[in-house]
Amino acid sequence: MDYLLTEEQKMIKDLAHKIAEEKIRPVAAKYDISEEYPWEVLKVMAESDMFGLFIPEEYGGFANSVMNLCLATEEFSRACGGIAVCYAASALGTFPIVLFGTDEQKKKYLPDLAKGKKVAAFAITEPEAGSDASGIKTVAKKEGNHYVLNGLKHFITNGGDAETYVVIAMTDKTKGARGASAFIVEKGTPGFTFGKKEDKFGIRASSTRELIFTDCKIPAENLLAKEGMGFIVTMRTFDMSRPGVAAQALGIAQGALELAVKYVRERVQFGKPISTFQGIQWMLADMATEVEAARGLVYSTARMVDAGVKDVSKESAMAKMYASDVAMKVTVDALQLFGGYGYMKDYPIEKYVRDAKITQIYEGTNQVQRGIIALKLIKEMAK
Amino acid sequence: MNIIVCIKQVPETTEVRINPETNTLMREGVKSIINPFDMYAIEEAVRLKERFGGKVSVVTMGPPQADNALREAISIGADEGYLVCDRAFAGSDTWATSYTLAGAIKKIGSFDLIICGKQASDGDTAQVGPGISTHLDIPQVTYVKKVEEATDKYMRVERMLEEGYEIIETPLPALLTVVKEINEPRIPSLKGLMRAKSAKIVILTQKELALDPQQIGLCGSPTQVVKIFTPKPRTGGQILSGEVPDIARQLVDLIKDEAI
Repeated sequence: MDYLLTEEQKMIKDLAHKIAEEKIRPVAAKYDISEEYPWEVLKVMAESDMFGLFIPEEYGGFANSVMNLCLATEEFSRACGGIAVCYAASALGTFPIVLFGTDEQKKKYLPDLAKGKKVAAFAITEPEAGSDASGIKTVAKKEGNHYVLNGLKHFITNGGDAETYVVIAMTDKTKGARGASAFIVEKGTPGFTFGKKEDKFGIRASSTRELIFTDCKIPAENLLAKEGMGFIVTMRTFDMSRPGVAAQALGIAQGALELAVKYVRERVQFGKPISTFQGIQWMLADMATEVEAARGLVYSTARMVDAGVKDVSKESAMAKMYASDVAMKVTVDALQLFGGYGYMKDYPIEKYVRDAKITQIYEGTNQVQRGIIALKLIKEMAK
Repeated sequence: MNIIVCIKQVPETTEVRINPETNTLMREGVKSIINPFDMYAIEEAVRLKERFGGKVSVVTMGPPQADNALREAISIGADEGYLVCDRAFAGSDTWATSYTLAGAIKKIGSFDLIICGKQASDGDTAQVGPGISTHLDIPQVTYVKKVEEATDKYMRVERMLEEGYEIIETPLPALLTVVKEINEPRIPSLKGLMRAKSAKIVILTQKELALDPQQIGLCGSPTQVVKIFTPKPRTGGQILSGEVPDIARQLVDLIKDEAI
């Protein structure tokens, strides 16, 4: 389907495709096994200006464009969902600064992030605060010109490898959700250490760690927006980043579909390629149609965000939920088409199933997304 | 350091088909790319520029669509592109091509170094690089796999041989041809792609170059392709077995019988 991309968007897509084919696909299995952070690939992305795609020009990027981010993330994910999320998670950590940073904060942090000299991460999740963010226990106490952070974040993508963190902590516990605030915390700040690195089912090239804050003193100017705006920062950030997760899911689905089509044309049973069997063809047709539908939803949402449409919560949730459900279904069907070989690690397809699963879970489970969508529908009708 | 890189646009397939009537390459329907060996030449030139400053000029001789190859070179760090393009140059063999490119290089201006890929993936002759250096009367070092040291006066390089390598020091200006072991070509940057898109490619025709008409194009090409054929594949050979003196005897007999 032709999405009528601009010349610049085509250029971005083609360049990301080239990086994916030449630099990501050949090492995807290696990083899936070793679970090392793929710095060599991120360096190529950085040198190709990929980290500037979602950062405004005046701070060293190309444009603050979610569509750009989606095009790049989709292409990277076609080759490896794990390596792609290292990239996309940096965007997640960067968006709060782009959206809410003061000019000084932007000047200080964005140029290095745009050039990929530093990687960012966003930290809200805690052992007892997943979908229910109001359960956050990490606290930030103001002391003179500083805030002192205490607490533990976990499941933080890019944790340990990122240099720049946006951390959500409670500044006033009595106010519940309105008592949370967002802070920029730099790696190396005394009192900021890293805990357990998770051993994951999929996206194993990406790092997922605990962040530990023990009397971690940060300058008061590292507060993003105002005290009490932590959840607004989070929600607005997720509205921007969910199309990115959706694009990751879309890329994984597209990658699996391509591998499956290639395989069924080569695999011979009963004297002919299995692609000649109608049962196989119908599966392929469904898979391709679902992937295309997901793409339409992802691109449309990304374009809405870029056009400055104020409330995109519903569309963002729909794109993330639908694309990740499609990714799960399409990767499982792709594995089915590979038959017994698909179940073996010698073939790349089982990794796509493992990588797809997380997209239904993180940045809000798909159950939470359905909640957001339904609530919006009901509110719209009540108006 | 001002560096000139000579590149060639080639069909993107190793399975080049040949027109049996004219014995020339059939290019229709095949995507064109920069000759892979030339990518290493561009990369090495850009790396030297990044170390020593200066500029990288890329030159190619070919039809108007070779413009794309020059833009791709600019996207990975070259500064300017020259397209040597004229019907008068059509049908050039390696002699006429190297004469024409040498003429274009003289026109482009002063340089410290010329880098070429070791050979083109379509013709595989490896003659144009050395030909250019001969026409320009400058030293050449072929099959370079590493630049050990470089100043504005001389260069020390490692030259790959079948077994091992030689270290050669050459005064500049000189011409190098490079092998794939020398570096890993970079992926373009978005900024590079945008610069390449808007870059102005200078077109050099026979009018600008004013070369000797007897030495260009088909009539300046002494090579005549009489016939092209695929050599018969080698057979599997024969394995001799037994004790060493026995094998030696068998071998002597075989040599005598087969008159190898």
